[in-house]
Amino acid sequence: MAKNQEGMTLIVKTITRLTVGLILLFGIYIVTHGHISPGGGFAGGAIIALSFIHIMLAFGKEVTFKKMNQSVMSFFESVGAIMFITFAILGIGSGYFFLNFMLKGKPFKLFSSGLIPLYNLAICLKVGAGLFIIFVILVLLKTPKKGGEK
Amino acid sequence: MSVYFLCLVLFSVGLYCILRKRNLIKIIIGIVIIEYAVHLFFILVGYRMNGRVPIHSPDQTVLDMVDPLPQALVLTAIVIGLAVTAMIAAIAMRVYEKYGTFDITKIRKLKG
Amino acid sequence: MLELQLLLIFMIIGAIIAVKEKDLLSSVIAVGTVGLGLSLVFLILKAPDLAIVQLVVEILVIIILIRATIRRDLPFSTSGRWFFNTLVTFVFIGVFLVFIYLYIKDLPQFGQPIMKIAQRFIAEGLRETGATNLVSSVILDYRAYDTLGEATILFTAVMGVLAVMRKVGRKK
Repeated sequence: MAKNQEGMTLIVKTITRLTVGLILLFGIYIVTHGHISPGGGFAGGAIIALSFIHIMLAFGKEVTFKKMNQSVMSFFESVGAIMFITFAILGIGSGYFFLNFMLKGKPFKLFSSGLIPLYNLAICLKVGAGLFIIFVILVLLKTPKKGGEK
Repeated sequence: MSVYFLCLVLFSVGLYCILRKRNLIKIIIGIVIIEYAVHLFFILVGYRMNGRVPIHSPDQTVLDMVDPLPQALVLTAIVIGLAVTAMIAAIAMRVYEKYGTFDITKIRKLKG
Repeated sequence: MLELQLLLIFMIIGAIIAVKEKDLLSSVIAVGTVGLGLSLVFLILKAPDLAIVQLVVEILVIIILIRATIRRDLPFSTSGRWFFNTLVTFVFIGVFLVFIYLYIKDLPQFGQPIMKIAQRFIAEGLRETGATNLVSSVILDYRAYDTLGEATILFTAVMGVLAVMRKVGRKK
């Protein structure tokens, strides 16, 4: 992929600049309204990962890695996993594992249904960062010549 | 009833691809087709005729709901299928670098 | 349910094209159309959560498969005993389909599920968890342990891909 040093053509770069913010906003909307309308953590996390992959495909590897490199993404994934486990273990204090102990407000509001929006946020961080890391690893590998392996 | 049969014909197309093809990428494609057929079968079993989406809404006219439990299971299964596909695609890329071919009969014979 | 059967026949034709095609890039694109048809079928079967997740995940699967197959050729050669192998495979799949037909006759009618456990989820879900989306309340409150297992699987997949794709070997 020697042609990929500067990314794609000018048309693709302009359209990416215009639309990638909207894709990110749409993903955040699906995550935060996960308990009211269809969506949830998995769909929103995958859409956020796709917006980062879009930036990386359009602008090339070097420009993207100045802002988002691998250590930042693995930090987000670990934060998501630790948040999930912490909220689960805190339920042991007053009941069983994974108890939904925060108060449940009125239905159809954004701040209702206890711990479920926080679980959605943790799953979104974990899934988004994990899928982006898988894509980065699969793209970055350079195939060495066959004489070098033996 | 014919809907169940069509879903399992899709399963057997994927099964034929896994059994008879010699290219590693074709085997991965067969695994992906089998996953699609199994997820579809779960949702077909839990469908209620003239049902509603399993989401409460302020103005409800239809009262029956479709079964939400298979939908929750298949939601987890779709993401697990993606993780497995990524893993075996990475192993297939590594096999190609080491042996130079995707043919499964030749991978046994060469020494790495 | 005529549109359901038409979409299923379209998916089967797409799958047969994906299996028979000799060019690797064309068969990956054919698998992509099977996934898109499946997302439409999920919408017809009243499961919008699944339609969103299936569409996004299937785009990622196509990206990963195209990355694995680009600039690699396809050596196609039929060595001996080809006719015998194909005949045995078709007989096996025929026997499999006969047993499937005998099993399908015992399933409940399409459209009237039994739904013993889901009656409780539907009746008490809004009061016990406060979430109006019943699928979210099932995966994050009633069966949150399965979601923990699935997060672990994603974590293991990331570690596995990182371990397989390292540049230096273990020993020379």
